[in-house]
Amino acid sequence: MSEVAKDVRSSSSSNPLLTAIVTVPSSIVLSALVVLFFLIAAIVPSVLSTHSAFDTDLLSSLTPPAADHWLGTDEIGRDLYSRIVWGTRGSLLIGLGAMAVALAGATVLGFTAALAPRWVAEPVNRILEILLAFPTLLLALLFVALLGPSATSLLISVGLGTTPGYARLIRAQTLKVKQSGYVEAARALGHSWQTVFIQHIAPNAFRPLVGLVALGIGQSVVWASGLSFLGLGVAPPSPEWGALLEAGKANITVAWWLEIFPGLAIVLVALSFTQIGQYIQDLAEGNTR
Amino acid sequence: MAVDSSIIEAVPISRAIAQRHPAANILRTVLFRIGSAIFVLWGAVTITFIVLTILPGDRATILLNITSGQTIARTLEELAPINAMYGFDQPILTQYIHYVGALLQGDLGTSFELQRSVANIIGEQIAPTFTLAASALLLAWIFAVPWTLFTAGRGRRIGAFGSATETIMAGLPQYWIGILLLIIFAIGLRWFPVIGGTSFMNTVLPTVTLAIPLAGFLGQSIRSEFDRTMREPFVLSARARGMSGAGVRARHVLRHALIPGITLSGWAIGHLLSGTVLVETVFARPGLGAILVNAVSNKDFALVSGCVILNSFLYVVINLVLDTIYLVVDPRLRGAA
Amino acid sequence: MTTESETSIPIIDKPAAGKKLLEVRGLNIWFTGQNGERKHVVRGVDLELRAGQCIALVGESGSGKSVTARSLVGLVGDNAIISADTLALEGETLLGRPDSWWRRVRGARIGFILQDALVSLDPLRPVGKEIDEALWLHAWGTSHTRREKVLQTLTQVGVPEPELRARQRPGELSGGLRQRALIASAIALHPDIVIADEPTTALDVTVQAQVLSVLKQMLGRGTSVILISHDLAVVAKLADVILVMQGGEIVEAGPSGQVLGEPQHPYTQQLIDAIPSEHTKGSRLSARGGVFTHQLFAPPSKPFSGNESPLLEARNVVKSFRGPDGVRRTVVKSVSFTLGRGETLGIVGESGSGKSTLARIALSLEKPDSGEVRFLGEAWSNATSAEQLKIRRSIAVVYQDPLSSFDPRWRVSRILTDAIALGDPKHARRARERAAELLETVGLTAAHLDQWPLRMSGGQRQRVAIARAIATNPEVIVLDEAVSALDVSVQAQILDLLSDLQTQLGISYLFISHDLGVIHHMSDRVLVMQNGVAVEQGNADEVFYSPCHSYTQKLLESLPRLEYARLRLAASSR
Repeated sequence: MSEVAKDVRSSSSSNPLLTAIVTVPSSIVLSALVVLFFLIAAIVPSVLSTHSAFDTDLLSSLTPPAADHWLGTDEIGRDLYSRIVWGTRGSLLIGLGAMAVALAGATVLGFTAALAPRWVAEPVNRILEILLAFPTLLLALLFVALLGPSATSLLISVGLGTTPGYARLIRAQTLKVKQSGYVEAARALGHSWQTVFIQHIAPNAFRPLVGLVALGIGQSVVWASGLSFLGLGVAPPSPEWGALLEAGKANITVAWWLEIFPGLAIVLVALSFTQIGQYIQDLAEGNTR
Repeated sequence: MAVDSSIIEAVPISRAIAQRHPAANILRTVLFRIGSAIFVLWGAVTITFIVLTILPGDRATILLNITSGQTIARTLEELAPINAMYGFDQPILTQYIHYVGALLQGDLGTSFELQRSVANIIGEQIAPTFTLAASALLLAWIFAVPWTLFTAGRGRRIGAFGSATETIMAGLPQYWIGILLLIIFAIGLRWFPVIGGTSFMNTVLPTVTLAIPLAGFLGQSIRSEFDRTMREPFVLSARARGMSGAGVRARHVLRHALIPGITLSGWAIGHLLSGTVLVETVFARPGLGAILVNAVSNKDFALVSGCVILNSFLYVVINLVLDTIYLVVDPRLRGAA
Repeated sequence: MTTESETSIPIIDKPAAGKKLLEVRGLNIWFTGQNGERKHVVRGVDLELRAGQCIALVGESGSGKSVTARSLVGLVGDNAIISADTLALEGETLLGRPDSWWRRVRGARIGFILQDALVSLDPLRPVGKEIDEALWLHAWGTSHTRREKVLQTLTQVGVPEPELRARQRPGELSGGLRQRALIASAIALHPDIVIADEPTTALDVTVQAQVLSVLKQMLGRGTSVILISHDLAVVAKLADVILVMQGGEIVEAGPSGQVLGEPQHPYTQQLIDAIPSEHTKGSRLSARGGVFTHQLFAPPSKPFSGNESPLLEARNVVKSFRGPDGVRRTVVKSVSFTLGRGETLGIVGESGSGKSTLARIALSLEKPDSGEVRFLGEAWSNATSAEQLKIRRSIAVVYQDPLSSFDPRWRVSRILTDAIALGDPKHARRARERAAELLETVGLTAAHLDQWPLRMSGGQRQRVAIARAIATNPEVIVLDEAVSALDVSVQAQILDLLSDLQTQLGISYLFISHDLGVIHHMSDRVLVMQNGVAVEQGNADEVFYSPCHSYTQKLLESLPRLEYARLRLAASSR
């Protein structure tokens, strides 16, 4: 009954997105700090590193973590912490690149499968269904087998390997938007399909992609490092994190730090990006209901 | 009873049909699913063939180099007999037909490197890999179900703790979990052997390694469905009937919550089989993983495609089985194809 | 009123009134929010239930009626704080009881029935199992005797073929049968008290009638019933005593004849007045006056004034869909209708009657399989999409759920200016100004321009949706269950607004609803649909007062009416 009275209270409320930003949970703040650290390491590694990443020091080979070498040294005395810092750029770039490849492919496939006329969408859909029968790692291995081990082929392989999963997500999201009440309302109002697409479908379908990008970077880093660890990606003298893991394998019984810390870097990056990505997605969802 | 029962029975037509011929309906559903499974399998074979045949890399050169252990360019005279022997000189379509024909007879080709039947090589190595994947799936369920049952729908704080744990578990790379477990339990505590093998003691750590992230994924999906179901009115109905909170969870909610978990298990099988590649490397455990990594780095295309096709075959078959299990767990699906 | 109810709990002069079963005095309930803040949802409620009696808690959403009911079975939730001077079941206090004690009460001494059984019974289990569970939980009998008892209880609530029905899941049963199965699961142990929380909400009117008759029989067998409902007409059929709740308080309580016939509290009066029916036709339902002041709208252009073709004309429209089981089903079977200028055509039918599909065809959002819809004599449903674009702005739509029809990224201003620019490009420059005028037209203010629809109330959202609909100066508005999700007093305001707009702008309405009262109140002519067939069509009064088709007759018989209100209105108009 008091409809008009109600809005006096709520009329001051601003953009719900802004309100949400003020109340960021602490896990997200922490994740953002981790990401910030690694971003600095990627852009200006010299700021964060304590030693050279490549100078050998045979006298202090395989020293455990200590004050001088925070995370210990490897079999030829290189400082592990500095190597991880210097390896950040390569690892993140591969992750970023792979995600870009995956997202580009997934967006095209996902949109086509959801929006194209039936005779185009249906075959694309079928192909997606088939690709989903290949697990990410297997698909990536298939491409590595073709392209040979290198940073570029790693990037492409991981990108293509993760494409089908993202494509399915984008397709589902786009279908949801396409069938939404507001798209029908806009059509009923008299907008042309093009206008409806530009005004409603594209922006609403693209929104969750922001979260997906963050999620994708973390996952790509994990996959790429995994392939390097198998010896099918970046080869050892490089401080790329997967390569560090592979190099440490030989000394695993005597120097645990060579395996634990590079892995920890991967885990931190993956978890932080995942957290941030999910948070962004939840925000977008909450705003969209 | 004088109630006007004539009005009531306006059951929707589809339901009526479903009720009259439940068996026929299930049969049709199952046939439809088998059909689409075969289609996916055919697609997977075709894509593998296309990727490995049409894309760059002369197979005859690779084959010669693998067998001789060299990496040099070959002359046409050297390549011609190889091309003729493997049929690489024939039109693509002919090759494709031969390939599919051989597959239908269970012939996965001959390994470039080992010069042995791919089917035999896989046959020798599949047992430990499959054991590992299956026990990991089982263990993940054993972790995930009680975990969600005890932490889901019990207030915000416990739920947040439960779901944070699952997020972290799901986000951990398998190879790093493996390394961690190996260093702590095999190298540090010496509870388990460091050197790989396929005995029970050798299987424990790899199984746990694969199960942890999977349990995280399973837990996440079971939890969200559990929380959703806890808010359903029929839960309140059951409580109002005199059922205890624990009773409602176990007898009503759990069944609903397991449905997405089952879907996820189908997806997980494929990923587990390929995930064993990493875990087998960490624990130096014999199995398909070692074979596949070796085949990939040597460009042994025949062996690679054999492994890929086997994986998608298992994936498709297991999903088919799960779809059938679905029909048992969720009778609502029986009516729809 | 409150002071009065403290001293005089309605004493029931019904001779059958037996011993006191439930006594509630000074009941207060708070909910604790996420940040520890408390919300007072039930304030000082008093009530009393005697054997064989039916009392009803009536109120709109958020009035606290459901929370009050749930406190009587100890299921308010973990975040609730309950205090009361007295809260007793047959003299035993209900306060501070452990769950183990409650479990013996629930189902055995107090039965609880929720709304729609489709969601209130476990969709994965046969209904017989659910009833059996009620018995098993209270250690009643052996598995063999329980099976007998399940069938017996199903028979008791009027379920034919109980052996077959007990094996079926809720989704396999018709609405009426599954609702009875739900009741059976609550009364299997013959509790003295049954609490029914909106037992007929979301049910078709014929199913509602069946449920009410089952409840009536229960009362006849001596069971006491607490009925929770927003619907005064439903309550009037059963209740001995009515308690009207608003904002967590009981604002009026008394024997139902008195409450409905001579309401003392203005809110009760308002609720009764708000109910649309055949008697309210042409009168206002809400106390709020018409807000329509602007003369901004050019009177509807009539380029076809000499032409006698109706605004909208459907000719033998047929539409079928392929179901998930692959079977093709015809949902609209050769329906024809016409809609004239300034007229309201009501389309009424139960769920699955095809009325919403018909609405989508009238909007050309769905193409008919055969037949066609014409607009002012021109091709419309069968026109090319370019031709359709020209006509679209003349036919607007308002949906049941306005929120989902707004792009979540858009504020009210953008929603309206978008439509304004589309309707008349020359308005585009001063679109925001015009949007403010539109808001005032529909009873909102310019201050709402910068709001997010998500933050608005249901009634406000529907007003925005109406503002958008009239922004393009349409000749026809299709209203698809546009007031069905609203509380009755908000519904009354929206219906009044729609009537005002029609008077001032000369718009025609295609008014689709399952609610016979709303349809009769609004419509000049009516079309009754059943299973895709237009079984009856004609002047609203003729159809409602002398229905020809048996289905229309059955619908009207099933409809609970507020006889008291009718008497009162009849008296006042004399």
